[in-house]
Amino acid sequence: MSVPRFWRKIPQRYNLIGTQCTSCERRFYPPRSFCPDCRRSGVIEPYRFQGKGEVVTFTVIRSASDAFEQQTPFVLAIIRLDEGPRVTVQVVVEDVSEARIGMRVRSVFRRIGTEGESGVIHYGTKFVPDVPYAE
Amino acid sequence: MRDVAVIGIGCTTFGEKWETSFRDLFLEAGALALEDAQLSGERIDALYVGNMSAGRFVEQEHVGALIADYAGMASRHIPSTRVESACCSGSLAFRQAVIAVASGLEEIVVAAGVEKMTDVETSISVDALAAAADREWEGFVGATFPGLYAMIATDYMHRYPLTREQLAMVAVKNHYNGARNPIAQFHSEITVDTVLRSPLVADPLRLFDCSPITDGAAAVILAPLERAREFTDAPIKVLATAQASDTIALHDRRDISTLDATVVAARRAYEMAGLTPAAIDLVEVHDCFTIAEICAIEDLGFCAKGEAGRLTEEGETALNGRIPVNTSGGLKACGHPVGATGIKQVAEIVQQLRGDAGRRQVDGAEIGMTQNVGGTGASVAVHIFGRA
Amino acid sequence: MTGIITYGAYIPRYRIRLEEIARVWGDNAQDIIGGLGVREKSLPDVDEDTATIAVEAARGALARREIDPAEIGAVYVGSESHPYAVKPTACTVGEAIGATPNMTAADYEFACKAGTAGIQACMGLVGAGMVTYGLAIGSDVAQGAPSDALEYTAAAGGAAFLIGNRDPIAEIHRTVSFTTDTPDFWRREGQTYPSHGGRFTGDPGYFKHVQGAARLMFEQTGKSATDYDYAVFHQPNAKFPRRVAHLLGFTPEQIEPGLVVPTLGNTYSGATMIGLAATLDMAKPGDRIFVTSFGSGAGADSFDIEVTDAIEAETFRRGGAPTVRQLLSNPIYVDYARYARHKGKIVMQ
Repeated sequence: MSVPRFWRKIPQRYNLIGTQCTSCERRFYPPRSFCPDCRRSGVIEPYRFQGKGEVVTFTVIRSASDAFEQQTPFVLAIIRLDEGPRVTVQVVVEDVSEARIGMRVRSVFRRIGTEGESGVIHYGTKFVPDVPYAE
Repeated sequence: MRDVAVIGIGCTTFGEKWETSFRDLFLEAGALALEDAQLSGERIDALYVGNMSAGRFVEQEHVGALIADYAGMASRHIPSTRVESACCSGSLAFRQAVIAVASGLEEIVVAAGVEKMTDVETSISVDALAAAADREWEGFVGATFPGLYAMIATDYMHRYPLTREQLAMVAVKNHYNGARNPIAQFHSEITVDTVLRSPLVADPLRLFDCSPITDGAAAVILAPLERAREFTDAPIKVLATAQASDTIALHDRRDISTLDATVVAARRAYEMAGLTPAAIDLVEVHDCFTIAEICAIEDLGFCAKGEAGRLTEEGETALNGRIPVNTSGGLKACGHPVGATGIKQVAEIVQQLRGDAGRRQVDGAEIGMTQNVGGTGASVAVHIFGRA
Repeated sequence: MTGIITYGAYIPRYRIRLEEIARVWGDNAQDIIGGLGVREKSLPDVDEDTATIAVEAARGALARREIDPAEIGAVYVGSESHPYAVKPTACTVGEAIGATPNMTAADYEFACKAGTAGIQACMGLVGAGMVTYGLAIGSDVAQGAPSDALEYTAAAGGAAFLIGNRDPIAEIHRTVSFTTDTPDFWRREGQTYPSHGGRFTGDPGYFKHVQGAARLMFEQTGKSATDYDYAVFHQPNAKFPRRVAHLLGFTPEQIEPGLVVPTLGNTYSGATMIGLAATLDMAKPGDRIFVTSFGSGAGADSFDIEVTDAIEAETFRRGGAPTVRQLLSNPIYVDYARYARHKGKIVMQ
């Protein structure tokens, strides 16, 4: 992904900043600048998601494009954020067989990929199982 | 609107065609279609070509003009248009051609599809195909196409009684059919074991659940139905053309295991043709992955949600079954040159309805259907054909 | 008084045992473990680096206390493994905690004490009234060449300290530094791994500078080791901080809570900072903490810290982020091959 394309969405990718329609309170992540329900009468403003959710469905990517080949195998999932919207993310687990539908997850800050050896590093949000730390 | 008929079809063989260039692929398919329609190229009024990603695969855009030029039509200056809708490009080129003829604006129109995928390394073609999903919010985090369909499969298998073996049977059946299709990429029959022992690509999908990377082209020629018999003894009438769209990203769908765009396009097509699913004798569906065929069978109305696995296991979708699915071998065995697939589906149905399908002929086929998907279901085209 | 408003730490879950490293290089594991006092060390996941560790530590700090990130006027990240040679890690951190754009930021490098140098810079800015809060982070995915002695300890982790003067959980009464030009450890531009002077890193490096700063602090404050409840020293291994603590008059009990190196390894810029975080994890109001970092090249920063009542007030939620002990629990052990992959030591085509 080119530098301007990555840069343009840095707040959204780092901090789960999506949008919400103030008319119907529907929330969007990934962000939308037009509410499909309220259409032009909807007023869209930024909305920050808390970063907790649940796995809706998932897969284990064993064969990836070049940019992700060194991360395989990894869990790719569609999660439902607690505020409503669903989004495609990586879920970081030690053993890919740990992934489950319904698994609770929380956001973490990770490297998503890089533009080759000398290009920019794409940071962003991944998710991990939301388990409490040992006492 | 006037009725439209297919008067000629042509397909290259599908596969890794190292010696054939992008433009020669099209030329070969076009020539076969003209020959089939016993038509001279000078009589073509317009050309629509479905192509997903010549820009990535052969670093060539402006494909409409290129194809017309190398087909020897530059001096005639006919309108030539590229249509892009990811893996649904072929069907949408076909639909544009149908609309052009039906409207009365054009008379004899070629609808073609072409994709040359093997001129780049596999990882580049995988990445090019990933552009059919949402690059910003799916591709960016590492989603591949097999990965997205695998998430459909995970969701589906969690909710409905589909076994891993039943999923494999889709590929087994399509390889059986492909082995009986001279243009198919794969001519080998396989077993459930072949699928289950192949490497995992994206759990639960294995290598033999996936359609291959393919070079190929297909072309069909359309004419007003009232003039069709000038060219052929067996014109095939376009009974319905329908198209629907949906969210670009899988995560935004109403239901992950249902392609709403298929449901809606099918409903529109049935209405236009005045038919129900029971009237369809055979169907070519978009089995880019085995799970896609399972969803398609249901979303097109051939059985209730959750029953397609059993239907497949019981042989209902086989050549001699109640509703033969993918007699060409489908994308799985015939191959999937993405832009050409939709046109190849039309060519297969035409061949079947003419009774020319040889060892894979469905007895007494009179009404056939095609379903072609772009992305994970963001674009779907459904067409219904009948003997004229 | 200027002090610590909140703090957070982060340690990746992966560990490699020193036996495993010794097995690969044919070294005697028990000699090494005995000599270093280190049993295992942390390493990053394949998608973790100094910036991601810094962000997680900073977010942990902000999870413990309600702070408007827009009031953070300075972000400094100290590390010797910044992901970019040119392009600040601090900007990524600032963006990821919502502190941008009205802030100053820079990356610091002073071997293992770049993080505490950041604390000093923030104290200056806060003290001068230039910023409300300053965020100082020490974070590293520490580098050590394969088979080099450093490889047995070079670890991954970091800690973040928010510095300000509004109701700190710990006041920093004073900080002093002791700095000379001493080539005990270095990495030339373009080199992948650092080089070092072997035993020269000991007396002329670590011990001279740590004692130099510590004794300067004693001299200026009129205090001695017995005036403190806890002490934290830079911990490249367990032996150095134990010995320097003894030389300065501290007891093993005083340094125990902050001595995390035996199961963590040396997180370079993160080391002293994580040690301080571990001490704050269990400190009570009124506790006095003596801190001295060390950075090769060489220098040491000493801090005289006193924990306030605010650490137990409702405005501060110590349980809002994991403690260092919690971060060290539940590790995932890997073999050398996996370690090499995570650390990018395998040359890829």
